[in-house]
Amino acid sequence: MSIDTVIFFISAVVAVFGATMMITQRNPVASVLYFIVSLLAQAVCYVQLGALFVGAMLVIVYAGAIMVLFLFVIMLLNLRGTEDLGASTGRVSRFTKYLVSILLIAELVFVIKSVFIPATTTGIMSMPADEFGNVAPVSKLLFTRYLYPFELTGVLLLVAIVGAVVLAKIDRGDKKRVTDELEESAGQATDGTAG
Amino acid sequence: MFEVILTSSIQVVVVIVVVLTGCAWATWLERKVLGHMQQRIGPSYTGPYGLLQPVADGLKLIFKEDIVPDSVERLTYTLGPMLSFVPALLTFAVIPYSRDFSLFGLEFKGVISDLNIGILWIFAVTSLGVYGLVLAGWSSGSKYSLLGGIRSSAQMISYEVSYGLSIVGVIVIAGTLSMTELVAKQASDSIWFFENWYLWRNPIGFLLYLTCAIAETNRTPFDLPEAESELVAGYHTEYSSMRFALFFIGEYANMLAVACVATTLFFGGWNGPAFLSFVPPVIWFLIKVFVFMFCYVWLRATFPRFRYDQLMRFGWLVLLPLAILNAMVTGLVVLWLG
Repeated sequence: MSIDTVIFFISAVVAVFGATMMITQRNPVASVLYFIVSLLAQAVCYVQLGALFVGAMLVIVYAGAIMVLFLFVIMLLNLRGTEDLGASTGRVSRFTKYLVSILLIAELVFVIKSVFIPATTTGIMSMPADEFGNVAPVSKLLFTRYLYPFELTGVLLLVAIVGAVVLAKIDRGDKKRVTDELEESAGQATDGTAG
Repeated sequence: MFEVILTSSIQVVVVIVVVLTGCAWATWLERKVLGHMQQRIGPSYTGPYGLLQPVADGLKLIFKEDIVPDSVERLTYTLGPMLSFVPALLTFAVIPYSRDFSLFGLEFKGVISDLNIGILWIFAVTSLGVYGLVLAGWSSGSKYSLLGGIRSSAQMISYEVSYGLSIVGVIVIAGTLSMTELVAKQASDSIWFFENWYLWRNPIGFLLYLTCAIAETNRTPFDLPEAESELVAGYHTEYSSMRFALFFIGEYANMLAVACVATTLFFGGWNGPAFLSFVPPVIWFLIKVFVFMFCYVWLRATFPRFRYDQLMRFGWLVLLPLAILNAMVTGLVVLWLG
């Protein structure tokens, strides 16, 4: 067993462990921490494949920035795991839950069966330094072959940002209108339950 | 293979010892320089010029009682100081401090690990450092700590983008992400040994880097997460003894890391004047880092703290546009000049 295989198995097990712990924790902060552990292990997997740039980007963007944002929101709302955030237990929602789960598992099986997995894995120890997954090859692909998907993703993110700003920013004149609407809808809601 | 492992291990041990010693005496430097700038004399009783003050402080902190309040979340409370300290140390793995040299018959490289994405490694580990502060603030079960943790995460998110973009100019000019190559490209044989420093080719990038780095290391004027006049001591209010000391060392290790990175990116790393080639390159490196550390203290003595809204406005409306503009203009110029 080469050192690459050992690194791969350790990081893969840690990644799966982190992901499992993440979805089973009640405390949101613990979930975030396990997610970070999983991300770091995934980054090790990428590095072990010789994709240093992809691994570093995973840590910088996801573990270093997005998860900080998650943690910030959790702390701001002061969630401590005692709130009941569980799904509703109605008949329809239970049915949907199982249906979606079965569909996802079927999809997973289908993907695993159809994708070709090479028998030998190449590792960082037997890899030339400037191969795939490094800065130049990744950017070359991004700006030639995958240019349109790349730009479209950018536009999508921009739309999301603009949408968030529009939703969050209420002018003085608009404020009254929005609160009126809220009150109106709240009134309707209470009417509905009363009726 | 065995020799590589041996030399790397020796380097790791030496670098860690030097960094920790450097941190200890950086606290002395800070108190002494601050003292003189405020017309006091600073520490002067322990040893000549108070030079043994860090030793006294360390001993005092070790022997202090370790108080853990009842309301803390145990695991994250323990993890906090470690998470703020370890990433700061990891940075030094890719910082080149000398050219390759041989000592006692062993061949040493001038850096612990010559990663071809060295700069990205630094940004990856420093971006993890914020978790120490945030988790410490959250798990302490105290209002002041929580406010400190929230402030520190908001500040990190706001300044991280400009921080990353500020070095894009240098990377585009150099065309590499490797720290050793960056140093090699700034070498010069002429009497004007500093002519190839990236400082001259990307001065705005340097100013942006410096500003964001001070914000990322939570130093005055950006030290709102631990603003003592409003938050007691911010995220480390509930910490005592060596746990507190870990935060303290972590902060100084971060300062040293920033000084080392700035030296490597903008000030030619270990390159010295060619006519003084008998001086070991590590001396030049240490001199440059020392100047940076001095400037850090100088800044603290000079500027008052930002107000919180000023901090946010400055980060998003001044630094970020400037950083994007700097990256774009540098890219265009490099493209234009071929």
